[in-house]
Amino acid sequence: MSTSSSNTNYVGKAPNRVEGPAKVTGAAKYSGEFEVPDLVYGVVVSSPIAKGKILKIHADKVLSLPGVLQVFSHENVPHQAWFDRNYKDDVAPGGSPFRPLHDDEVKFSQQPVALVVADTFEVARYAASILEIEYKEEKHETDIESQRDKGHAPSKGKSGYKPPSSRGNAAKAIEKAEHRIRHEYIHGTQHHNPMELYASTVHYHPDGKLTIYDKTQGVLNCQQYVTKVFGLSKDEARVINLYNGGAFGSGLRPQYELFLSVMAALELRRSVRVTLTRQQMFSIGHRPHTLQTLEMGTNPDGTLAGLKHYALHETSRFEEYTENVVNWSGMLYQCDNVQLGNQVAALDVYTPQDMRAPGAATGSFALEVAMDEMAYAAGLDPVDFRLRNYAETDQSEKLPFSSKRLRECYRQGAEKFGWDRRPLKPRSMREGNKLVGWGMAGGVWDAQMQKAAAKASITADGKLTVTSAAGENGTGTYTIMTQIAAETLGLPLEAVTFKLGDTDMPEAPVQGGSWTAASVGTAVQKACLAVADKLLKQAKKMDDSPLKGADLEDVEFVNGLIRLRKAPEQSVVLRDVLQVSGERQIEADSTAIPNLLNMARYSMHSHNAVFAEVQVDEELGTIHVTRVVNALAIGRVLNPKTARSQVLGSVVWGISMALMEETVTDHRFGRYMNHNLSEYHVPTNADIRDIDVIFVEEEDPYVNPLGVKGVGELGLLGVAAAINNAVFHATGKRVRDLPIYIDKLL
Amino acid sequence: MSTVSTSSAADDQLRPPVPPSSVTLRINGEDRTLHIAPWTTLLDALREYAGLTGTKKGCDHGQCGSCTVLVDGKRINSCLTLAALQEGSDITTIEGLGQEGQLHPLQQAFLDHDAFQCGYCTPGQICSAQGLINEGKARTEDEIRELMSGNICRCGAYVGILNAVKEVVDAQQASRR
Repeated sequence: MSTSSSNTNYVGKAPNRVEGPAKVTGAAKYSGEFEVPDLVYGVVVSSPIAKGKILKIHADKVLSLPGVLQVFSHENVPHQAWFDRNYKDDVAPGGSPFRPLHDDEVKFSQQPVALVVADTFEVARYAASILEIEYKEEKHETDIESQRDKGHAPSKGKSGYKPPSSRGNAAKAIEKAEHRIRHEYIHGTQHHNPMELYASTVHYHPDGKLTIYDKTQGVLNCQQYVTKVFGLSKDEARVINLYNGGAFGSGLRPQYELFLSVMAALELRRSVRVTLTRQQMFSIGHRPHTLQTLEMGTNPDGTLAGLKHYALHETSRFEEYTENVVNWSGMLYQCDNVQLGNQVAALDVYTPQDMRAPGAATGSFALEVAMDEMAYAAGLDPVDFRLRNYAETDQSEKLPFSSKRLRECYRQGAEKFGWDRRPLKPRSMREGNKLVGWGMAGGVWDAQMQKAAAKASITADGKLTVTSAAGENGTGTYTIMTQIAAETLGLPLEAVTFKLGDTDMPEAPVQGGSWTAASVGTAVQKACLAVADKLLKQAKKMDDSPLKGADLEDVEFVNGLIRLRKAPEQSVVLRDVLQVSGERQIEADSTAIPNLLNMARYSMHSHNAVFAEVQVDEELGTIHVTRVVNALAIGRVLNPKTARSQVLGSVVWGISMALMEETVTDHRFGRYMNHNLSEYHVPTNADIRDIDVIFVEEEDPYVNPLGVKGVGELGLLGVAAAINNAVFHATGKRVRDLPIYIDKLL
Repeated sequence: MSTVSTSSAADDQLRPPVPPSSVTLRINGEDRTLHIAPWTTLLDALREYAGLTGTKKGCDHGQCGSCTVLVDGKRINSCLTLAALQEGSDITTIEGLGQEGQLHPLQQAFLDHDAFQCGYCTPGQICSAQGLINEGKARTEDEIRELMSGNICRCGAYVGILNAVKEVVDAQQASRR
C-alpha cells in the first residue's frame, strides 16, 4: 500500500458499488435466471407431516399429464453415495446429514419427498400440486419447552463450536453478592428469508458435464458436495454463483434444490431448474428456538461478583447443530466467577443453521438485557455499569485483545445519542400520548480470517483482472476487492475487474463469519503484490530505469506509475513497463493464511455499542423505534459506504428480532404456520426511522495484514437488547421473550 | 398412528392442462409474442418466456413486492396477474426504465445512496418508486416510507431507499415549479 496521498488510493474511500449498475438495471443474473437450452423445470413436493413413513407415491396419474417428464422420489431415485461422509459439506455439524429422497422416512415437516419435472414450470407446478402421497404418521415432538430437563452437552460440535469454559465459583459469588438478578430469556425460531428463493439451474452439456448455477454462499462447498454425492469429478461439476440475493447464513450449506436439480439433470440427461417456493424457504434451516437463563450478582462498588449463563437450543434428530450462545458472556465483561453452560435437545425439525451472528445474536440479547436489569438492581446507569466492568483482557482465553476500542464506542455512541440527558427512572419521558424510552446494549464478535487464494492478471493495455471463488451477498465484496486491487497496483478503479463465485477460480472460504474482507481481501492484496513484484523486475530491466536496485519495499504503485518512495519524482509508467516487457499478460497466484502466531498471542474481536429510542403508545401498546445509534470498532473500514449499509441492515434486523420476527409452530402438526412473507413479519420501510452509524477509529496491526475485522454480523449485536431495554425504560415493563408483541405490553 | 393422504383430484376429474397459445404483450415499448399457457402469470411470462429476468420472484403471493412492474404506468405485483390478461396493456419492467450507461434517475439515485445490498428486491423497489411518483401522492419522508412499504428489503436498505426516492421526488417537484 502506498503511503502518500494520491488518486489511486481507494481503501477507506466510498465509491459506489462496482456491481451496482448491474443490480439497478436488472442485468445481474441470479441462480434461477440463467438461460440454458432445452431447460425443464422441477417443482418440489413437501411433506405435510412432521414424522412418519411414506407409504405410497401415486405418480402414475401425474405422469400421464402431457408435459410431465418424471416424478422423482425415494421409490425410483437411484442410490447415490452410501456413506454419510459423502453428504457432509464443509460446514456440516456432527451427525448424519439429511439425504433428499433417500428413503421412506419423514423426519421433519416440509421435508422434500418428491420432485416433479415437466417441460414447463406451469405444468410441473400443477402436477406437484395434485400428486397424491400416502403417509403413515408417527408421534412427533417439535417443542423445545418439552425438553427443558432433557438437554445434553453437544458431543460432536460443528466446526467453530467452542465448549464454554467456566472459572471461579459463580454460585457462591452470586449468593454473597449485594444485588442479584436471575431471569429467563427466550426467542423463538427465526428464518433467514432472503428475498431470492433458493434456486439451481443445472446446464447439462452434451458431453455430460454440468455447469451448476446455484444459490449458495460457497460454490466450492457445493462442488465438493455434488462430486462426493454423485461420484463426479470436479471437471464434471462446475458451480457458479455470481450474485446471491441475500443469504444471511442460509446458503452456507448446500440446500436441497442443489441435490434435486443435479440428480434430475443426471437422470434425465437434460438441463433442469429447481426453484423453491417461499413456503419451502422455511424448510432449509433456521435460527433455533432458544431458552436462556442469566444469573448475576454485583459487589457494592458495582463490579460483577459472579455471572451464570445457561442456554438450551434445539437441533434435529439427525444432526447436532451447535451455537456459541453463552461464550460471549465469559469475555465481554470483567468477572472472576463465571459459570457457562450450553445444551442442545433433539426435536423432529430440520437441522437449524447459522443465521447472521449465530449464537451471539441469541446470547447477546439475553446477556445485554440481563446487564440492564442488573444495572437497575444496583441503581446504576447502564453505560456506567458497563464501564465499571470493562474487560481489559479476554478472561476466557487469558489473552490480551489485539485491539479493543469498545470504551470509545460507548463514548461516541452516547454522545451522538445524547445519553447524558437520560433520566435513570423508567416512565420518566413522554411525547404527546407516547411513552419515550432510551436503552443501550452492545456486542462482541470474532474477528476471523480463513485461508483464501486469489489470482491477479494484468494485460498489456493496463487492465487488471483478479479472481477468487468467493461469494457476494450484497456485503460489498465486488467493490472492496476492486478497491484493494486497484490501490495495490496504483490503477484506476475502472481498469480493475474483480470476479468471484466460480469453482474454476482460486479457493476461497464460504462467505460467512464476517471473514470475507479479511480472508479474500488479504489474498487479493497478496496476489497483486506478487504481480507488482514481477512488474518491478520488468521495470528494472528497462533502459535507464530509475528503479534499478530497488526492492518492492522501496517503491510504490500509484496513479499508473511505479515510483521510488524516497524520491517520488523518480518513476516509470506502468503501461510502458507492460509494453516493453513484451508479455501479453503478467499474472500471479497467491494464498493467504491467518497468522497463527498472532492468533495464539491475541484475542481478536470486534465490538459495538448500540443506543435506541422507542416511543410506546400507552393505550395501544404499539412500539416505534425512532432512533438508533450504532457505534462499532471494526478495525479498518475498507469502504464506509458498503460497511455502513451492512450496519443499517443489521439494525433493521435487530428491530425485527426485537419486535416482529418469529416463526410460529403449531406443535399439534409440528408445522410452521406462518411460512410466508405476509405472516412472517419483517420490517418494511414505514417501520424504519433514523439510524446513525459510527465507525470508531481502530488500528489493529495483528488481526490481519489489512487490519479489518468484518462487520456483517457485529452490527446486529446489541440492537434487540437495546430496544428491549428502551421499552423497559419507556414503560417500566420488562419483556423477556422476543418478539415484544403489543399484547405483552398491555 | 394415523394414515394421511395428500388430497388429489379424483381420477375422472384429472384434466390435462390447457395447452399453450400465442399471447402478444407490449413490453418496454416492444410487441412480444409469447407461446404460453393461459395460467402463466405475468411474472413467469417475463422471466421464463421473455428472457426479462430483471423482474424478481420473491414469494409468488403478492406479499413481497419483488415482482413489481408498471402496467399502464401503475405499479402492480406481476405475480398476481395472468400474462394473458395484460394483452393490450403497456408493460414497463426494470429493463425498460434504463440500461447501464443510460441509467434512469431512480436507478442512479439508488446507486448513489447505496439503496440496496444483494440487489434482489431492487428492480421491484425502483419500479414501485416510479409508480409512486406517477401517483403523485408522496411528498414527505413519512409518505414515501408508507407508500414504499409494499416492497420488502430483507437486507434492510430502507434508509438508502428513502433517501434515493426522496431525492428524485424532490428533483421532479423542483423542476415543475
